[in-house]
Amino acid sequence: MSTPGEDVPAGPGSATTPDGPPTRTAGGSSVPVIELRGVTKAYGDTPVLRGVDLAVHEHRAVVLIGASGSGKSTLLRCADLLEEIDDGDVLVDGEVITEPGVRPLATRRRLGMVFQAFNLFPHLTVLENVTLSPVRVHGVTKAEARDRGRELLARFGLAGREDEYPDRLSGGQQQRVAIVRAIATRPRALLLDEITSALDPLLVGEVLEVVRELKREGMTMVITTHEMQFAREVADEVCFLHEGRIVERGPASAVLGAPQQDETRRFLARLLDARQG
Amino acid sequence: MATTGGAGGPGTGGAGVDGLPGDGSGATSADGGPVLSRQEVRRAAKRRRSLRDRLIAAVATVVVIGGLLALLLTSPGWPNVRDTFFDVDQFREHFPDVLGGFWLDVKLFVVIEIGVLILGLLIALSRITRAPILFPLRLLATVFTDVFRGVPTVLLVYLFGFGIPALELSGLPTNPMICGGLALCFSYSAYVAEVYRSGIDGVHPAQRSASLALGLSEAQTLRHVVLPQAIRRVVPPLLNDFVALQKDVALLGIVGVVEAFRQAQIAAADQFNYTPLLAAAVLYLCVTIPMARGVDVVQARSRRRRGAAGVA
Ligand SMILES: Nc1ncnc2c1ncn2[C@@H]1O[C@H](COP(=O)(O)OP(=O)(O)O)[C@@H](O)[C@H]1O
Ligand SMILES: [Mg+2]
Repeated sequence: MSTPGEDVPAGPGSATTPDGPPTRTAGGSSVPVIELRGVTKAYGDTPVLRGVDLAVHEHRAVVLIGASGSGKSTLLRCADLLEEIDDGDVLVDGEVITEPGVRPLATRRRLGMVFQAFNLFPHLTVLENVTLSPVRVHGVTKAEARDRGRELLARFGLAGREDEYPDRLSGGQQQRVAIVRAIATRPRALLLDEITSALDPLLVGEVLEVVRELKREGMTMVITTHEMQFAREVADEVCFLHEGRIVERGPASAVLGAPQQDETRRFLARLLDARQG
Repeated sequence: MATTGGAGGPGTGGAGVDGLPGDGSGATSADGGPVLSRQEVRRAAKRRRSLRDRLIAAVATVVVIGGLLALLLTSPGWPNVRDTFFDVDQFREHFPDVLGGFWLDVKLFVVIEIGVLILGLLIALSRITRAPILFPLRLLATVFTDVFRGVPTVLLVYLFGFGIPALELSGLPTNPMICGGLALCFSYSAYVAEVYRSGIDGVHPAQRSASLALGLSEAQTLRHVVLPQAIRRVVPPLLNDFVALQKDVALLGIVGVVEAFRQAQIAAADQFNYTPLLAAAVLYLCVTIPMARGVDVVQARSRRRRGAAGVA
């Protein structure tokens, strides 16, 4: 931790090479894959993040919960450099990526993101959606990318759908394609932003199953969700975000089972009411 | 049973509950009959209505067109007009010349249209760029669209067709056809650039986010994600501009390019008979009407596709 700068060249270097499931670092290096230090972000005069600290270690899943508007999406977008932060630092594999002058491109290549509204490319087939980045960004040959794409699609129950256009698929299938598209680039970590919120309740299960599978394989993840049962299952840590600050964090059993903060309790109670009402 | 309650209405509801079983079953069958035939009655009424609508449309068309024809044929000047505009012999004699001129129209149209599609796209891309180094380009593109959209096309053709050759600058074209064609190309590029730009604006920002998140650069995002979707959106309006350009090629006649309209004018002046102009009009219609129908088809298809996507 004291000299993460020394490890920098090794981190990203090894990040681009792993094959299949990420390789475990010997001895469990303490350098988090993603780290936020005092990150603040405002849209105009409206502060959205007011100093967020977060560390996500390899093979771990952090679940962010919080009311809508609390800044969950903004946090993920800042981590992926889709938004510029105002203050603080974001580090990937110990490397500060928010220095002015660091090109955001290289960072985005190391992280994968899945959105609430799928955001598949409607003019490309399922397989083309999946192979676009490997071919154009990561220099994989077309044939190789297609083979791996087919294999991944098949693994997540999408065999035979390769040549369809996204609008022919159900929401659940589209979201699974979006996840495959994100992992096809072998990212260091995956950012999942309310990936089941736009789905028909009947289709939520099939998408969550994919995430469980990724968790079993050791994928490092930051997940925002309103599915508390799911959060209990996959979260190594749950963070409750309230008005741009993480006000409570800990194991799912603690944060969801015995919340210490009033805000957390109120939020969970409201969520429960909404489910029942 | 549910229909019985509905058909029975609130008036019979109270009594029906306490009514005798025989009474109830009688009501059901009595109501059951009319329910079925009511459906038939409605269907028949619908048929009658659609028949009546078609009849009215047919009669109205005959009356209006007949009236206009009668007005035309009984007008005092009709015999004169018939001889100067609808002379069959004149038509036969000059049609080949006009057709020859029209062939030039088609060639000019194709060349200019290709130029328009490329230049329009370049202007649109210049206008959306955010790179500071390209600011002069952006400024230039903005001025270009403002100027060339703001000046009437006829005027541009005049200015370019006569003005550029008059400059006598080496390197500049002196052929009025090329200069006039350039004017058309610039004028239409200014419009088409705006069409492209609206198409690019119409692509949802989430598409851009998704592409950047996959590690594609801004340029790659534009090339592989934004532009393909934008161009798909703007095909119908672009085709509309095609139809307009197809007609406006005739403007080159005023700087001396002997295309269909000019050819027809020459032939008309020769005999003081305007039938060749009619021949030219017919030729234009032969191209623009199929194009217009093509636009309709494309528009309907994209509407249907968007409709289907909306449901999904
Ligand atoms: N692009 C934007 N411009 C201005 N305000 C924004 C923008 N994106 C989000 N916000 C605001 O930031 C706050 C946090 O939004 P968000 O991160 O989407 O919250 P969450 O994902 O927790 O629902 C909200 O009040 C939202 O209105
Ligand atoms: Mg959100």
